[in-house]
Amino acid sequence: MNVLLDNFALFREGFVGTVELTLAAGLIAMVVGVLMAGCRVSPVRPMRLIGGVWVTVLRNTPLTLLFFAVVLGLPRFGVVLPFFTLAVLALGCYTSAFICEAVRAGINTVPVGQGEAARSLGMNFGQTLSLIVLPQAMRAVIPPVGSTLIALAKNTAIAGSFSVVELLGTYRTLNELGYDIVVTFMWIAIGYLIITLTISAVFRLLERHLEVTR
Amino acid sequence: MTSEDPLVVLSGVNKHFGSLHVLRDIDLTVARNEVVVLIGPSGSGKSTLCRTINRLEPIDSGTITIDGRPLPAEGRGLARLRSEVGMVFQSFNLFAHKTVLENLTLAQIKVRKRSKAEAEKKARELLARVGLADQAPKYPAQLSGGQQQRVAIARSLAMDPKVMLFDEPTSALDPEMINEVLEVMRTLAVEGMTMVVVTHEMGFARSAANRVVFMADGQILESRTPEEFFDHPETDRAKDFLSKILKH
Repeated sequence: MNVLLDNFALFREGFVGTVELTLAAGLIAMVVGVLMAGCRVSPVRPMRLIGGVWVTVLRNTPLTLLFFAVVLGLPRFGVVLPFFTLAVLALGCYTSAFICEAVRAGINTVPVGQGEAARSLGMNFGQTLSLIVLPQAMRAVIPPVGSTLIALAKNTAIAGSFSVVELLGTYRTLNELGYDIVVTFMWIAIGYLIITLTISAVFRLLERHLEVTR
Repeated sequence: MTSEDPLVVLSGVNKHFGSLHVLRDIDLTVARNEVVVLIGPSGSGKSTLCRTINRLEPIDSGTITIDGRPLPAEGRGLARLRSEVGMVFQSFNLFAHKTVLENLTLAQIKVRKRSKAEAEKKARELLARVGLADQAPKYPAQLSGGQQQRVAIARSLAMDPKVMLFDEPTSALDPEMINEVLEVMRTLAVEGMTMVVVTHEMGFARSAANRVVFMADGQILESRTPEEFFDHPETDRAKDFLSKILKH
């Protein structure tokens, strides 16, 4: 019996679930991560504080614990959301802390004079960051952000334990159906590889593209 | 050229870097259309003084006013004021990811809210003025240091500044490129631009400055016409400094 072909629909459902989780959480992580990096380099102290607390709390919380906090905590405040949305929130916020630090590292590679020149011309903080500093930070930011998003793709597996359909979770059904667990895991691993290698390829392209435009 | 029309006024300015007292009770008035050259040994605070005028370096005490208005705290007011104060850096600081033309138009469009066409017209006029009309589509890295610094001057001029600050504009240049930058600055001075120039170019100080301000250890020791200062320095520090730089 062939695990993959016999259960292709199941695998596909899990694969799509993992891709959706990765894309949605990745989007949130990128947006929030860049915003928080902006906060962390802001001249306004309360903003820096917000960014610092955000990173410290999320980066130092085990992801599973964060899932529990979101899944069990939010309903207590009357926030009732589907499990998928909760998982995306937990994964997105968690990953944003790492994106934030990668972006901040990139910002630090841009010479101080670039920002000083922008400010001297009357640009405000937002303009200086978005028009001058971030575009030049991009190249340095691409590799660590790629790694972070690969880590995110693999972290989505935790969502399977919280009633979200994703790739790793398919092993439970298949195990009950009596398929060889080792072969099952092999196909699951290949599924993750497809996703992570795609992310790698996209980021390698981005990196090359930024090299020529500079 | 009298100081009856003060444009930049610093009074009682103090600044510390940690335990280092880099500016001590600085009083300095720059009149409209005046060219003031700041000279002094390294570490004397002249660059810091220059940078306090557009608040790239905040001060600890004292007041700075530009055109009668005190320097605002960080925020919208400060950004507006900075757009009226041109700044030229030792390391040029052209935006590395933008073309020469974009370097000149970006702030015009984003800060002054000029149309793209209007900004480009102004940019091309200014590039022609600094002798770089044909370099507009290039990136800064493709230009020589002297060319980059001239672009940087043009970029500041595009904002129609009331005063221009030059922080050692030729110190990072190869000797053969210094003159092309000084020439642009000399023209500006002749045209009546109010300028504060930190430099080691004594020739420029002598020929273009209305006043030479000599600094040492965070204090202004002399503030006189170039002829008086170079020919008859009063303080021992100034005599010592001049003997060191003019004798080789």
